[in-house]
Amino acid sequence: MIKKNDLILTGIILIIALAAILFMTLTREEGGVVVVTVDGEVYKTLPLDEDTTLLIGDEQGDYNVLKIEDGEAAMTEANCPDKICVMHRSIHYDHESIICLPHKVAVEIQNGEESNVDIITN
Amino acid sequence: MKTKTMASYGMLIALAFILSYIESIIPIPVPIPGIKIGLANLVVIIALFMMGPKQAFVLSMVRIVLVGFTFGSLSTMMFSLAGGILSWLLMVTARKWKGFSMTGVSILGGIGHNTGQILVAMWVVNNSILIYYLPFLLISGLVTGAAIGMTGAAITTNIKKTDFMKG
Ligand SMILES: [Zn+2]
Repeated sequence: MIKKNDLILTGIILIIALAAILFMTLTREEGGVVVVTVDGEVYKTLPLDEDTTLLIGDEQGDYNVLKIEDGEAAMTEANCPDKICVMHRSIHYDHESIICLPHKVAVEIQNGEESNVDIITN
Repeated sequence: MKTKTMASYGMLIALAFILSYIESIIPIPVPIPGIKIGLANLVVIIALFMMGPKQAFVLSMVRIVLVGFTFGSLSTMMFSLAGGILSWLLMVTARKWKGFSMTGVSILGGIGHNTGQILVAMWVVNNSILIYYLPFLLISGLVTGAAIGMTGAAITTNIKKTDFMKG
């Protein structure tokens, strides 16, 4: 049988999660740059407003193809086993990301200013 | 180990295996890296309520290793382990407290399962951006946890009637 505490727990989780999603949605801004990291290291930073295709590959033959088109970034091709990165919808808002876990590749959108700070601190 | 306990283990592992297989062929609606919804948690929660924390832990680990070798890889096994351990920990604690029904315990298990996996994912790609997936994972953990808890409650009432797992 369901207890009162189950419902309280459900309520708390829903409120926290929905508040976070609402906050993220209301405060989101269009991103400026696409930052590609491999194993936590910045691999390449590309402007979101220039159409390009980037091959992210390593010596072992693992590769991902990132395509920036019409101000959106998407992973169009990869030879990872799960293909989750390829299935991910295209992204363009600040903080959105596409992750390829098997290849440790993260494609993330940042607003241009933040990345300038990164470049200076790096 | 008593024959009955052995039979219970066998039956639950078989069930976990089937659930993991079903899960491996269902694509998740939101492509979140490395995340499984954790249907097999049904088996762990049944074991937890019918047999005990230790048995539930053994079952969870055996399942993860078996399924990992059959349908997954070493890396997917790592996600399952993190999810499995955190989920078990939360469920055992919640059960000890006695304030929740099986549904509440299972919800915490679902959340632990997803949080554990995202933490490993963050560690693997070495990037904290993954934290933005957490609210969605909390909701998916809540939904699957509740569904599993209610199914588990229905199953255990029936098992109790048949007296099968009384050791
Ligand atoms: Zn991938």
